[in-house]
Amino acid sequence: MNIGVVAYIIGWVLQFEAIFMAFPLITGLIYGEYDCCTAYIISACVCLVTGYILKRFRKPGADLFLREGFAAVALSWIALGVFGALPFVITGEIPNYIDALFETVSGLTTTGASILNDVEALSKSNLFWRSFTHWIGGMGVFVFILAILPLMGAHSMNLMKAESPGPSVGKLLPKVKDTAFVTYAMYFGLTVACVIALLISGMDWFESLTMSFGTMGTGGYGIYNSSAGGFSAAQQIILAVFMTLGGVNYTAYFLIITKKFKDLFSLEEVKYYLGIIIVSTTVIMINIAHLYKTLGEALRHAYFQVASIITTAGFSTVDFDTWPQLSKTILLLLMFVGACAGSTGGGFKVSRLLILVKSVRKELRTIIHPRLSKKIYLDGHPVSDETFRSTNAYAAVYILLILGSVLLISVDNLDFTTNFSSVVSAFNNIGPGFAMTGPTHSFACFSPFSKIVLIFDMLAGRLELFPMLVLFVPSCWRKY
Amino acid sequence: MNIIIVGCGRVGYTLVEQLSMEKHNITVIDEDEDRISSITEELDAMGIVGNGVDYKTLLEAGIERTDLLIAVTDNDEQNLLCCVMAKRIDNCKTIARVKNPVYNSEIGFIRRELGLSMIINPELIAASEIARIFQFPDTIRVDTFTRGRIELLHLTIEEDSFLDGYRVSDIRRKLKCEVLVCMVARKDEVFIPSHDFVLRHGDRICIAALPEVASAFFAKIGIQSSRAHYTMIVGGGTIGYYLARRLLDVGVHVKIIEKDRQRCDELASLLPDATVINADGSDEKRLISEGLDAVDGFAALTGVDEENVILSLFAGKLSGGITVTKIDKLKYSVVLEGMSLDNVIFPSLLTADYITKYARTMNQSTESDVENLFRLENGKVSAIEFFVREHSDITDTPISKLKLKKDMLICSITRDGAVIIPDGNDEIRPGDAVLIITVRSRFSDITDIVER
Repeated sequence: MNIGVVAYIIGWVLQFEAIFMAFPLITGLIYGEYDCCTAYIISACVCLVTGYILKRFRKPGADLFLREGFAAVALSWIALGVFGALPFVITGEIPNYIDALFETVSGLTTTGASILNDVEALSKSNLFWRSFTHWIGGMGVFVFILAILPLMGAHSMNLMKAESPGPSVGKLLPKVKDTAFVTYAMYFGLTVACVIALLISGMDWFESLTMSFGTMGTGGYGIYNSSAGGFSAAQQIILAVFMTLGGVNYTAYFLIITKKFKDLFSLEEVKYYLGIIIVSTTVIMINIAHLYKTLGEALRHAYFQVASIITTAGFSTVDFDTWPQLSKTILLLLMFVGACAGSTGGGFKVSRLLILVKSVRKELRTIIHPRLSKKIYLDGHPVSDETFRSTNAYAAVYILLILGSVLLISVDNLDFTTNFSSVVSAFNNIGPGFAMTGPTHSFACFSPFSKIVLIFDMLAGRLELFPMLVLFVPSCWRKY
Repeated sequence: MNIIIVGCGRVGYTLVEQLSMEKHNITVIDEDEDRISSITEELDAMGIVGNGVDYKTLLEAGIERTDLLIAVTDNDEQNLLCCVMAKRIDNCKTIARVKNPVYNSEIGFIRRELGLSMIINPELIAASEIARIFQFPDTIRVDTFTRGRIELLHLTIEEDSFLDGYRVSDIRRKLKCEVLVCMVARKDEVFIPSHDFVLRHGDRICIAALPEVASAFFAKIGIQSSRAHYTMIVGGGTIGYYLARRLLDVGVHVKIIEKDRQRCDELASLLPDATVINADGSDEKRLISEGLDAVDGFAALTGVDEENVILSLFAGKLSGGITVTKIDKLKYSVVLEGMSLDNVIFPSLLTADYITKYARTMNQSTESDVENLFRLENGKVSAIEFFVREHSDITDTPISKLKLKKDMLICSITRDGAVIIPDGNDEIRPGDAVLIITVRSRFSDITDIVER
């Protein structure tokens, strides 16, 4: 691996993080939290200086290959977390560094799992930063940087490949830069729409901005202890709708903009995604109808929770941990499904699930017709053997990592539901789990060691496993 | 500019490489998924797996927003059909690669009737380049126009040169050579010479001539142009055929060594003046017995790059003549740098250069009547090719009777595939392609050439 190139890229990322920190700084100035302002100025300076030093490591003419791309993305995300946690520690609001790191990584990976029991105690600037990390991490830092900088020419695709979710990463436009730009423009547009909708519904600026970041990034950090429970019914519906939109493959929006409606309707993944939401919502609504006064209220809570879990946002309007077992199980299973590829959501991704289901069907048919020749199609295109192979590998690694993590955090001696749901929740970037990490609780119950395991899980889940795992392969670090 | 490239073989890959560096938006179409994935991994382009003739695939590639479609698959018919499809859907400019010599003889007709902007023939381009190496010394630089049928030769007039003090109008009359001095660069100034312009030593001049006339012209002015008289070509493929044809046209002896018996018979009937030998080019004794040590021009054009390199090294050592080595794999260019080969030809690179040059000038030529536009002398001079569609006040009149604008010159007229280097008695007719050299940049219509 060419470490110079990787350092150079991390350097850029850190300098961008410094720019991102200007936003909580402004928030601090508006609300008169001058201590926080100082903390953000210090952190931004640290990022700038470190970034500057790292950028000097690059030797001219060094290229960025896939290996460097994966390592650079993984290490950059770690660096973003490590430096992004500084303000929390400096302001003293999350004094323990591991806790602060957990909080930041949880934000960046759009998990939304918190170690804080009392969110409302945080200062406005820290709350803003927490939510803003969702927005940064939602579409990805590199997609953002590549939209602005011609970082590594054509090889930039190697960075985007490592960061973008989904079994196969394509381009919307011929150029990496244009693709990145259009993607971010759509993301930005949807966020603005969400902010406006929330403002009209009666939220103030701070609430609508932070909630929009959490919603469009499908993150899930609330600014109140009740998450989204304290908002009006209309506001909850707005949030749920925008979460659903955030979990849709952004290719769909591109096809709408370019008026290719025929292609739009052939997007199987989006159809199944919406189908799963409708079916799950209906079943849960019937299952929980007796708990609420009207069917409408049950529908609202059911839809909100389903949207929140499948898009891996993780907001909650009620404590769904108290719901009947069927509803809870459906929600747990939805955690595994996740959103669409090419969206801001995490999880296993609907398209992967589709490929697996279709391949199982093909396997069954080959038992009946042993010499059957058949290709698997997705969105009207044949799925290449390469994609098929990597999907299978992904599924295997996904399960192994979850089981391994459950084993590791079981040393804390908490109950199985807590352990399992926490790992699944962190791994799929959702946020709340069940039992001790349920919607009304936090991840504070874990030991520092378990928190580090969960931090790794969150990063691995967000970056689709392989970039993080590549770091553990010794030959990745060698020069030859 | 939005460009679609159909087929990503060697030419396609080189094209994507060159054009993407010039900030164009490129989409490639190929049926081979591996090729698509390797091209999109290494270069900044979007790939689509499919057949370029397929309507749906073209739509997916965004044909409605495309300015230029370049079809460079291995299949001539597919390329032509693909261009016709694109033209019908979007009316964009199209370039097709056509290599079959049978089509090549009627290429002007095919191009015009199918509405293509350009047809390129990589084999012909490579052959012309090799012929040029055999004919002209390094001091003469050559640009080709109207798809290789006319050459612009750049040379500097030496102090004791025959042309020093010569009047431009005398060249054609006294030398009896159909050539035209179409541009003179003296110090920093560029002239389009009128009849009574006198050439002086130190001038850099540009002469338009048909390829077969060029060497005769050089012979008459005393420049030893034809460097090779006895040539040997190993490998009788399409490039070999075109090269032999070009060399035979200018009276150079050609001996072709070809392995395949059947191909030898074909070549022998196509090129009755050439000596076709059925032998393996790697058979050193056979080559020597055919007089390898006496040749002054040797071209290694077999399908195997490594064999070409070895043959050229061997021939160069034995004969001391000019050797040309054809290499298909571009990746070899780095390795070959260290070897003592005097001329290496990369057909795919030449073709890609040719197309890139066209794409570069495409932005500037907006009018549909402008067929081609090239810049010479650092952009001070433009060579513009017009297609004359209809009768007007400039057609059907001898050129000497037209009140032509100053600072411009009619360089050539292409009629029914034949090129005329015009003098005052020739006239422009509808259906002609007219090449104009000018120092003005604004020429949008052929009728602009006369004073109003």
